Amino acid sequence: MSGAALRAGVPSAGSRIARSRIARSRILIYAALVLLALAFLVPFAVVVLNSLRTNQEIAATSMIGWPRGLAFGNFASAWDGFCMAGHCWGIEPYMLNSLTIVFPATVISTLLGALAGYSIALWRFPGDAWMFGVVTLGIFLPEQMKLIPWVIVLRDLGLFNTLPGLILIHTVQGLSFTTLFCRNYYVSIPPDLLKAARIDGAGFFRIFWRIVLPISPPILVVTVIWQFTGIWNEFLFGVTFTSGAHQPVTAALIALSAAVTTAPQFGVQSAAVLIAALPTLLVYLFGGRYFLRGLTAGAVK
Amino acid sequence: MAALSIRGLTKRFGSIDVLKGIDLEIESGEFTILVGPSGCGKSTLLNIIAGLEKASAGTVEIGGRVVDDVAPKDRDIAMVFQSYALYPSMTVRRNITFGMECRRVPRREQDATVARVAKLLQIEPLLERRPAQLSGGQRQRVAMGRALVRDPLLFLFDEPLSNLDAKLRVEMRMEIKELHQRIRSTIVYVTHDQIEAMTMASRIAVMHQGDVQQFADPETIYNRPANLFVARFMGSPPMNTLPARIVAENGARGVVVGMGRPDPVRLPLPTAIARDLPAADVVLGIRPECIGEEHRRFGDDPAATLTVTAPVEMIEPMGAETVVVLRLGGERVLGRISPDVRLSPGSSARFALDTRKLCLFDPVTERLIA
Repeated sequence: MSGAALRAGVPSAGSRIARSRIARSRILIYAALVLLALAFLVPFAVVVLNSLRTNQEIAATSMIGWPRGLAFGNFASAWDGFCMAGHCWGIEPYMLNSLTIVFPATVISTLLGALAGYSIALWRFPGDAWMFGVVTLGIFLPEQMKLIPWVIVLRDLGLFNTLPGLILIHTVQGLSFTTLFCRNYYVSIPPDLLKAARIDGAGFFRIFWRIVLPISPPILVVTVIWQFTGIWNEFLFGVTFTSGAHQPVTAALIALSAAVTTAPQFGVQSAAVLIAALPTLLVYLFGGRYFLRGLTAGAVK
Repeated sequence: MAALSIRGLTKRFGSIDVLKGIDLEIESGEFTILVGPSGCGKSTLLNIIAGLEKASAGTVEIGGRVVDDVAPKDRDIAMVFQSYALYPSMTVRRNITFGMECRRVPRREQDATVARVAKLLQIEPLLERRPAQLSGGQRQRVAMGRALVRDPLLFLFDEPLSNLDAKLRVEMRMEIKELHQRIRSTIVYVTHDQIEAMTMASRIAVMHQGDVQQFADPETIYNRPANLFVARFMGSPPMNTLPARIVAENGARGVVVGMGRPDPVRLPLPTAIARDLPAADVVLGIRPECIGEEHRRFGDDPAATLTVTAPVEMIEPMGAETVVVLRLGGERVLGRISPDVRLSPGSSARFALDTRKLCLFDPVTERLIA
């Protein structure tokens, strides 16, 4: 009815009321969204602004305020000059630690998850459903529960306070999620595809490498982003199983704040936080849309 | 030599008997179609022949070799799927060569085989494309190409035309039939479409509820259906089946529809088949094309055609013919008349009946008795 009225160029009274009602609810929705967005962005904005202010400036005014000039020195000193926990090498070595952990742990857990998800989704073997249940149970177990078992495992393997130790932990811990993601993606692969490949003479691994993996990029991007951000931001295992020079950056940032309590260094601290957050921000910026697309893949056929 | 023989094959899923003892002997070069409604077990049977599923009991022999414990890839078979099952990330060429690659066929031989099959199926311009860039008919052709490069003992087709639109389906039907006539390979083809079965098969196995109801050439299946299920499943529209009674009059036997009603219809039975029949209740089967307009004559013998008056209930003009719903002795039947004859529903009209191809079924066992 309103469509006809619009074409005629004379909106009827009814359609005018309906439209003003729609407009009003639109305004309310946008107002709420802008308000929430601001609330989420304020802490980030404070950190960004403080990273550009000198400590004197922050001390003279307050923690919240516009920078008078742009002091990029905070970043340099946070990167390799700032002293914390008895060393004056900034967060650079800890960033390198985190990078050393995150790349192998992400790649290995994603590949193993893909392989596990593939076998659970597309092959029938005794206890397959049970196996899937047990693997996904791992998602729901609290991290704290796994601390003691990991202490024993790392001790027996001689990996306590080492980067390979953390790589192992993150690889194993990630398998529940990567397996679930991949399995849910692979169940939509038509069974005929597998039958055709079996008649063609391909076995378990050849089907995986030549047929399943090449159609997996959407879900692999999702799991890689998930694993990368999860491992990068992980704190509990990092702070529990490593100390000193072997800590990942998330754990090291705590040492930095401990140093700050004596003489506040908000500028440097903010810069360090931003540097530490940079990799995940980049991953989000470049992979975010794949992530959202991948999560809903399969929802619409 | 039998290209495929199946003996005593059963398949159970839990407490459900999907296949209840299948026996089939398929000769080399035959185009056999397994046809039946969904859930009749035909696809399960095909999967068992392919080795993709295990039978609960019974044996499968391909080319004289028992293959019950042989992997699908070693059965010397090729299969075409309803969904085509093309590998999405590979080009058409790769799709076709994948099997040869798995069997470590030398590269030069692969190229030569692809070239030959691509020419046969006219898919040469598509070789470097990916499946997503192909139309349904082209995908179908590539799927057949993938099967053809193998040159197997046995081709298995699992409803290969079901995903195509009606026009393309008719075209591909002819192409597959032509292909079979050219390469003379042994084909086992599963479909739920009885027209596909009639048009392509050299022999048809009609399946229902896990059993083969009848295994015969299309003509026998159509004209002499072994039981009421086959009679009602094959043909479009299917065979009319109506309760009737065998009677003896003046020494000749006939069959009466609508006994005891004011308008019974009496059809003569050929003495050759009628002699041994007792006077009993039967189910009469008569194909719609055996009911025509008044002046139609069936065969050379004038006695073969019987003319009756019957009320017309409905007409369905199809263009080439008109399907008419009429009442014979009170029973609703379908006839096929010339489109030039205009009938009006609600009135009565004269119809010619072909009495040569009547089928009689036992009302209890539902089997063909004459």
